[in-house]
Amino acid sequence: MNKRKIEETFFKGLMHAATIVIVGSLFLILWTVVSKGFHAFNWDMVSKVPEGGFYIGKGGGILNAIIGSVYITVGSALLGLVISIPVVLYLNVYSKKGSRFASATRLAFDVLFGIPSIVYGAFGFTIMVFFGLKTSLLAGIITVTLLIIPILVRAMDEVVRVIPFELSDAAYSLGATRWETAKVLLRQSVPGIITALLLSFGRAIGDAACVLFTAGYTDNIPTSLHQPTATLPLAIFFQLSSPIPEVQERAYAAALILTVIVLIISIAAKYFSKKFSKNKI
Amino acid sequence: MINLAPHISVKNLNVYIGDAHILKNISIDIPDKKVTSFIGPSGCGKTTLLKTFNRLLDRQNDVRIEGQVLVDGEDLYGKDTEVTHIRKKMGLLSQRPFPLPMSIYDNIAYGPRIHGIKNKKKLNELVEHHLRSTALWDEVKDRLHSPATRLSIGQQQRLCLARGLAVEPEIILGDEPTSALDPVSTQRIEELFLQLKDKYTLVLVTHILRQARRVSDYIAFIYMGEIIEFGLTEELLLNPKEQLTKDYIKGFIS
Repeated sequence: MNKRKIEETFFKGLMHAATIVIVGSLFLILWTVVSKGFHAFNWDMVSKVPEGGFYIGKGGGILNAIIGSVYITVGSALLGLVISIPVVLYLNVYSKKGSRFASATRLAFDVLFGIPSIVYGAFGFTIMVFFGLKTSLLAGIITVTLLIIPILVRAMDEVVRVIPFELSDAAYSLGATRWETAKVLLRQSVPGIITALLLSFGRAIGDAACVLFTAGYTDNIPTSLHQPTATLPLAIFFQLSSPIPEVQERAYAAALILTVIVLIISIAAKYFSKKFSKNKI
Repeated sequence: MINLAPHISVKNLNVYIGDAHILKNISIDIPDKKVTSFIGPSGCGKTTLLKTFNRLLDRQNDVRIEGQVLVDGEDLYGKDTEVTHIRKKMGLLSQRPFPLPMSIYDNIAYGPRIHGIKNKKKLNELVEHHLRSTALWDEVKDRLHSPATRLSIGQQQRLCLARGLAVEPEIILGDEPTSALDPVSTQRIEELFLQLKDKYTLVLVTHILRQARRVSDYIAFIYMGEIIEFGLTEELLLNPKEQLTKDYIKGFIS
């Protein structure tokens, strides 16, 4: 065998190995969650809030955490979208090509992107203390929104940025205003916006550090924005740290529920992103 | 030299991008309802000159524009000039067709819609009319609501032309509009240009001398940001007055 052939075989093998390790560990995670969580799973888990003595192995479920997580995730994704779409449009439509302010803004979002979520949690907590707020759904939503805005902005910016300059030129040359042009660009980027939303959903629903100090934890389902709320990551955390085996098993069941939710969101996002990409140039 | 009524009149135009002096003291009168081509080597500023006409150059950072561009006597760079109004007067064909991310029908209807035409019947008429005038109607009439991207690239370029015509411009700007097209599609676009000059003023940027010769009435040769020579097509190509023009036509500079 000559040198080039050895090289070729080696790198092919390396790529196979790396891919197998990654895909394999993904399946291992799923297997762990399913095998450990499955027999602890029952309909009470998803239909009931914790009953007295839940944390020492008695009856009830984690509906409080499921609902809480959905509230926080949906709330912060919507709030995040409302804030980040204008930012992305500013960067790509309103600022000029090669603008220094735009590149500074992008850099700022890169930095924000890299900040660990516990820092956002601590920041949210500081803000709450400053305004004299208690742990609440609202505080949780705001903090998680701060966490996901950089994700949303960066992911959407990547999509809108690669749209050829000529497409917006085309809209402008028909006499479109900037806002009308922005709408054309948004139309072109719907699949990308859905993907960005999915990324931020995944991050928001799985983050424990952000909600620890801000949303708090409770066995009740919140009925207003000012009440504290439970979340799935914290439900997993509290149950897993219990010495009682039944409670620990329930933690895996909760993890299973979390995983299934994320899976459903991913599949739905794929479906919608396909559906909306038919007109894409 | 040219005694026709000018449609676009450029006076002492200087364009700087950053520190680079891109267009140097350009003055040119572009005649009404004729085809005028800008020729010249890559990077000579011909596209920049075209972009000053519809103010798409404004989108670039660090651009400084001095001088005047008058369209029907109105200064494009005047203080009160509304950009959308100017751009509506000019259709643009870019190097590659860029259909809007919507259906064939909506591509044509987009311009009229943003300018306030809501009546369905009127829009249907406009779409049909402009698809016919770009010889697309028979090819697409059965799939008006399918995505514009499913068309061939030549059809897309004609669609872009039809889309531009639908806002009722006076001027059509073409920035090397056939450079991505095959010979047959190129020929169809050129034929359309020749038909359109009855109603519109056409300004084309091209680097294909034969194309300039086939379609244009006037040619301006631009080199290093300056207009070297401007005149009737035949005169300029067969009897260039300037040495630089002669060299370019013979292929010495490119």
